[in-house]
Parts: sequence; C-alpha cells; structure tokens
Amino acid sequence: MVRLPYLTALTTLFSYGLLFAFGQLRDLFRRIVDWHNAKSKDLQGYAPICLGLEDFYTRRLYLRIQDCFGRPIASAPDAWFDVVERYSNDNNKTLHRTENISKCLNLGSYNYLGFAASDEYCTPRVVESLKRYSSSTCSVRVDGGTTKLHIELEELVARFVGKPASLVFGMGYVTNSAIIPVIMGKGGLIISDSLNHNSIVNGARGSGATVRVFQHNSPSHLEEVLREQIANGQPRTHRPWKKIIVIVEGIYSMEGELCKLPEIIAVCKKYKAYTYLDEAHSIGAVGKSGRGVCELLGVDTADVDIMMGTFTKSFGSCGGYIAASKEIIQYLKFTCPAHLYATSMSAPAVQQAISSMKVILGEDGSNRGAQKLTRIRENSNFFRSELQKMGFEVLGDNDSPVMPIMLYNPAKIPAFSRECLRQNVAVVTVAFPATPLLLARARICISASHTREDLIKGLEVISKVGDLVGIKYFPVEPEKKQPDRYTKKLE
Amino acid sequence: MASAVMNATTVALDWLSSSFDAPLARAVIFGVHVDGHLVVEVLLIVVILFLLSRKSYKHPKKPLTEKVLGPEPLHPPITEEMLSEPPTLESAAGTHTMIDGKEVVNFACANYLGLIGHEKLINSCASSLEKYGVGSCGPRGFYGTIDVHLDCEERISKFLGTSDSVLYSYGISTIFSVIPAFCKKGDIIVADEGVHWGVQNGLYLSRSTVVYFKHNDMASLESTLERITKGNKRAERLRRYIVVEAVYQNSGQVAPLDVIVKLKERYHFRVILDESNSFGVLGSSGRGLSEHCGVPVNRHNHVRAGGALATDGGFCTGSVRVVDHQRLSSSGYVFSASLPPYLASAAISAIDHLEENPSLLGQLRENISLLRRELEDVPGLTVSSNPLSPMVFLTLKRSTGSPKADQQLLEDITNRALKEDGVFIVTSKRSTLDRCRLPIGIRLFVSAGHTHGDIQKASASLKRVAAALLSEPI
Repeated sequence: MVRLPYLTALTTLFSYGLLFAFGQLRDLFRRIVDWHNAKSKDLQGYAPICLGLEDFYTRRLYLRIQDCFGRPIASAPDAWFDVVERYSNDNNKTLHRTENISKCLNLGSYNYLGFAASDEYCTPRVVESLKRYSSSTCSVRVDGGTTKLHIELEELVARFVGKPASLVFGMGYVTNSAIIPVIMGKGGLIISDSLNHNSIVNGARGSGATVRVFQHNSPSHLEEVLREQIANGQPRTHRPWKKIIVIVEGIYSMEGELCKLPEIIAVCKKYKAYTYLDEAHSIGAVGKSGRGVCELLGVDTADVDIMMGTFTKSFGSCGGYIAASKEIIQYLKFTCPAHLYATSMSAPAVQQAISSMKVILGEDGSNRGAQKLTRIRENSNFFRSELQKMGFEVLGDNDSPVMPIMLYNPAKIPAFSRECLRQNVAVVTVAFPATPLLLARARICISASHTREDLIKGLEVISKVGDLVGIKYFPVEPEKKQPDRYTKKLE
Repeated sequence: MASAVMNATTVALDWLSSSFDAPLARAVIFGVHVDGHLVVEVLLIVVILFLLSRKSYKHPKKPLTEKVLGPEPLHPPITEEMLSEPPTLESAAGTHTMIDGKEVVNFACANYLGLIGHEKLINSCASSLEKYGVGSCGPRGFYGTIDVHLDCEERISKFLGTSDSVLYSYGISTIFSVIPAFCKKGDIIVADEGVHWGVQNGLYLSRSTVVYFKHNDMASLESTLERITKGNKRAERLRRYIVVEAVYQNSGQVAPLDVIVKLKERYHFRVILDESNSFGVLGSSGRGLSEHCGVPVNRHNHVRAGGALATDGGFCTGSVRVVDHQRLSSSGYVFSASLPPYLASAAISAIDHLEENPSLLGQLRENISLLRRELEDVPGLTVSSNPLSPMVFLTLKRSTGSPKADQQLLEDITNRALKEDGVFIVTSKRSTLDRCRLPIGIRLFVSAGHTHGDIQKASASLKRVAAALLSEPI
C-alpha cells in the first residue's frame, strides 16, 4: 500500500500545476506564431489528427523527459548491457543516436531467470532449430504453421503449469485480446481487477460483455461486487447473467505485489464464477520450482479455470500460452481468431521456450534451474530489505522480483533516471498514464544473473542518487550499535 | 368553432339529463316511478350478478423444483468438426516440406518470394541470435529498443520512400493497435465489408461510427462517402478515415488505390491501407500497391509486413507526425514486448535481397499466371481472385446451400489432395467472431520458388480430386 504524505502530495500537485501552466503558455505562443504563418495547403479541409488538449501531456510534459524512455541498447539485455548514447539538438523533441555506448548495470529488463543472453544449453539448440525450420512459417496455425516443435511446446507447457492441455500463441498481448472475446460474449459479466494490464482491458472491451471493476486485490470488495451484480442481473432486462468470469494477475507489474489468490478463489467458488489468471510476470519467477503463484500460495491448479502466461519474461523468448481443460482448448483451436488468422510462433522462439523450460524443470541433466530459482529469490529479498533499510519507500511483497521505488514528484523522474545513467546504472522510471498521476515511481527488476557484487554496486548508486534527489521518504533504520570498547575493559 | 362544440355538448347533456328524469313507462311499480335512469341501474345489477357467478381465476400451482440456476459452461458442447487437427510440418515451410515423413509440395504458406530457408537470411538470424539472444525482454519504452529495431525502421522507410516507420512485434496486432490510436469515439470510418478479423477488431475497439461498403465496389464507396458528408456540417470537424486492404485475405481481390485516392481527396478522408499480402509482391520493385497504381506514398498510411519477407512482425509507415503519435498511444506498441531482434535482422536482409534481385517478382508473377491458366478448367471450382494476387482463391461454382456443408466439401478436397497426391493446400477458415460474409474457398499461396513442375502437379491433383468429389450433377 502506498502511503502518500500530505506535504509530498501538495508539492507534487504544485509541480504538475506549474508544468501545466508553462505548457499552456507555450501553446499560446505557438498558436500566435502559427496564425502569422500561413497553414500548409495539404491539410486544408482535414481535421487535425489530434485536437487541442488530447496530446497536451505528450507535447508539453512527456517530450521534456523523452530521453529517459526508449533508450536503445546494443547488446543482449543481460545483467550488464550496452546503452547507446543519444543527443538532441532541439530540446529533446528529436533524439539522434551516436556511436558511443556505455556499459551499464541492467535493473530494468524483464530477465528474471537470466535467459536473455546466450545460454550454454539453449542457444545451440535454438540455432539448430533455426537451420531446420527457418525463421518463420509464414502461415497460420490451422493451415501450415504447426510444426513438431509447437506440439512439443504445448505438451511441455501443460505439464509445467499443471493443466491438462495448452495452446501457444506468437504474442502475449494478442493472447489476451483474442481469447477473452471467444469465451465471453454478450450477456456475460467480466469482473477485473482495477490495475489489470492493458491487454486484458482491450480483450474485455472487445468481447461485448459487461465489464465491472473491483478494488485492487481486495477479496471483500470482489464479494460485494459479485453479490450486487448477481442480484441485479443483466443491465436492462434483469435476467440472470449467462456466465461470470473474474480476471486477476499473478504479479502486478507496477506494484510488485502478489494477488491474494486463495481468498479470491474461495469467493469465486462460492458464487460459481469462473477465474482467469494472467501469470505474465510470475510464471517461472516465483514458486519453489518456478511454477508461479499457484505453487507459491498453495492453490490447486484445478481450481483456476484458465491460466494464461507469456514466455517473454522468465523464459527469454516471445509469445504467450493458455492452459485449461481439454475441451476449452479444443474449442479455442476451433474458433479463436489468434489461432486462425495470426502467424504461428517463430520456430527458434519455440525452441528457446522449450529449452529454458527444460532447464527450469531440471530435465537437461543439471541443477542450473534450481540454482537460478534460489538465486532470484535471494537476490530479490536481499535487494528489497536493503532498500527499505536505507529509507526508500519500496512496494511489493517478499519473494517478488519486481520492486517499485516511489518518486512522486515529476521533477525527480528525470533527475533520478539521468543521474543513475551517469553512474552506469540503468533504471526504468514510470509516470502517468501507466500509473496514477501523483504516484510516479522507478521500477527495479531483479534477475538471477545479477551477482551479489552487482547488487551491492546498484544499491550504492541508488543510495547516493536517492540522497541527491531526495526520495528517502522513510527514516533510515539505525545501525546496530557496536559494543563500547571502554565499557568492556572496565569489566 | 369552439362555440359550436360547446353548443353540441350542452345539447347532448340536456338530452341525457332529461331522459334520465323523464318517465320511461307510464307505470308505477311498487311505488317507484319507472324513470329513464332505471335502465342504467338494471344493467349494472345484471353485470354484477354475472361477475359474481363466475369462477375466480386461481394461479396454477407449480411445485417448487430442485433445479439450481447455474452459469453456462465456458465452452459449448464439443462437436465432430471441432476435433480436426491440422497437419504437422517436420521441416522448414519452404516450397517443399515434410509431412508425416513424406515430402509434399507446399502451397499453404505465404512464402511469396521464396525466402524461407534462404542462406543469407539464416546466416543473419544466426549471428543475431548469438549476439542478442532470442527475446528482447522488455517493451520499447523500457530498454527493449535494440539497435536492429531502429535500423530496420530506417531501412523500411528508405525502401518505401516515407519519412518514418514504426515496428510492431506481431503481424495481426499491428492493425488493431493502429486503428484505435487514430480513431476515437465519434469519428467516422468507412471500411470494406470484406476486411479480416484484425481490422474488424480494431474498428470495434476504436468506438467510432463504422459504415461498411460493398466489397471492393467503388460505386458503393462513392455513394457511401456522398451520403455521409452531404449536408453534414459536423462531419467536417470530425476525423474521417477509409480503411481498405491492398490484397484482401478473404477473397483475393485487389483494391483500386488510384480511384480510392481520388475519392479521398474529393471528400477529405484519410486512408489506412493494410498491405499484408502485397508488400514485396506488387509493383515493379515490390514496393506494394502504391507503386503498382502509381500513387505517391505520402498520401496515405501504410500498415503491416509479414508474408513476403519470410519473417514475423508488422510495421506502419507514414509522415513523421503520424508515426510519432503511435509511439505513445498505440497499445500494441507501448504495452507489449518488442520484436525479437533476430526477426528484425531477418527483415533487413530480406529487403536487401529483394532490392538486389527484382527478378524474383517477375518469377512470382509468371508462376501466378501459369497456375491460373492451369486451374481454369477444374470441374466445380472457379478462380475468383484478382490476376495480380499472389493468393489464388478458388470458390465452388455451385454451393451446396449450407456454409457448413461447403466447408466440409472443401476440406475433403484438400485432405485428399494431401494424402493421395502430396499437394498441401488449405481452405479458408472462419472464426465464430468474424462478421465477414464472403464465401469461403480453397487458397493456394504461390511462391517465386515454385517450379513449373510443382504448379502442374498441384493443378493436376486438384482437377482429379475435384472431379471425383464434385462430379454429382445437382
């Protein structure tokens, strides 16, 4: 939970107000200048792409700090990577690449188990599959896009996640946007967490069902919403709902906290609602053997109706999967648009997912998988506790590899980001609209490929920069007092 | 007028009151004068006695059942047709591929330039894999932008002659992220009724007013545009778009871009063109439909890569303003991991190869015309796609009446062609969410790598199987 002190809230609002005022002033001058110059003939009669205030935030606030986002890299996103330096001639409106690169510590990429760079087990197999199956099948799954690798991956995913069958897609975003409309239609009710990812929101909107939101991670509010909706029925006819589905995520990427899965499943069972769990960030990264939130929180996978996940974060590949009962998967194979119209997953990516899953399960003959899992847990807990000791406000639960550090003030976002980059630590800062307006934060993602020295260096730099920028909102925990040498001597 | 009504009412009332008070019969019964109002009273008593004598309506008693109202299951009952599985490939999806241990001629993959399995592509992918790994582990805004992405975008813009382009990580997500980024609630979109599901989903998500016109019919488009803009003052301040595909996936028709551009300039609409099947195919150097029709590219927006470049992913090009807007407001770009770097380097090598060998396009066109000639006399099927389309579309001459039976018949044809003759062709399948109503058919994707022998084998097989299955005269 975020505890926003009043003074910080006031100063943040004041900063935003100032930026808004300056932005409006600039817009006024722009309008005066444009009025003098004649408008170009091409656009005569066409409505502008963005009317007045629609892109005000982009033009006047975001463009000022554009260099903190979208930084290009020139190597694999491993624990240390090369960030390409950029310069700008027109006050950050356009950025140009240079040839210089600087090696930085990577605290921003989703590389939870360290499979992002070349791996000794995975990469030779991936290259071999590339030579055998070429880079893409250029065909949809139902036509000529199913290869033996796809079938193998689906069986492996089903076994890994603990469900009878699974289906694999080429992109995680499309998985959500195309599955939810198939399962829910008009007359259904979707209840989703208020902080769900954009792909789930799009899928829910595209399905035509009624969508209701419950307070983030609160099973009691979910129960309230369910009771009210079941009692009222469909919007105008008040008939009973055809089906109700509750969509939650395993780890919320902007908060770093785990969802309260056992309580939510209990509520859903009581009211006969279906559950859909999106494990994009948690599969492979949490749980004793990497099987996600269900394993960590002790929930039986048979209780969750549909489990969805992606291969991008922990497996170093790309794509998404759905795991559910055999009948649901058969139905999806028959009618899901992403299966019927979208190109099948590229073969080397499939092989990478297969190999990395085998490493995690220990089926490659070594215990690297178990080592990686313990390392990421230790790293996350160490980093989080150290940050909290230093006085930063860190969100998220223990064991979760995602930790946001609260910044609040809009001016601190570029200050923190640029200063860390100068000291060769690459962090990710997030502001509106991905987070609420007042709650800007820096988000750290820990990887199993970070060593203890890397983490200590990262902590040093963040502490120094934190002092400079002023984001240590909590009191520093006092150091343990050393026993006084003089008192000992007297005894 | 009013006074006449008043007069009539007063006369009527007077008559009524007089008839009530006037004696009806010159009799006195039990000491009561029989006056006019007695009629009404007698009538009332009769009605009351009648109602009292009828049986009262009792609600039929239904015994309370044990049935509990539960939710519908998540999936409808599984039918026979849902259980069919597609054939599994055991080697690269080039012009020849292995299925079940046998080598078959492959007409099911959109490998238009024959680049799948090409040496140069595989080498550039392999070096990319060694350097960058497989995935990019992050969205574009958070260290997921790798220098090959930026190189690929520059290469595409240079190839097409536009100012800038933006790369998406998946083909189908390109169009349904671009449309909601530009079209908001209240805008007007005119779209062809045969667009594929990705476009339909994008149109639905954008919440704008969508008007469909008849498939590839320019007269219908013109009348629709006229209807929308005539006398509608408010329409001039709204954003207006026309969404068409260059080569339609559902039918193989080619959109006449020059006519569309003339219409758009007359009525002040912007055009969003989906070139998934025409990029690298149409035009004298493969630059797509705009080169083929002789229309300068800056007049509209381009979308989507895919097929011809033997890789995955999509792009959108246009002016700098258009492209920059997408970098912050297009959901498939902002909220999703970026394209794997090896696919971006494959795209760059593919474009390089295409620029160096424009003869591939001539080869492809020759193959298409050869195949069309051979398929002219297949019994029961007609070629219904445009002569330029690399996707040759065959429909039934006479439909059996129900789409399900049509689908079954076509699938029988393709299955037999695969099993007996080793020719891999496919039917077009429709999802239950798809609202397109164009007829389904058999699709053959022609490649520049097909030889004359392959094409003759495919057409011979089709003729044989179609003769066997469609020979019953209806």
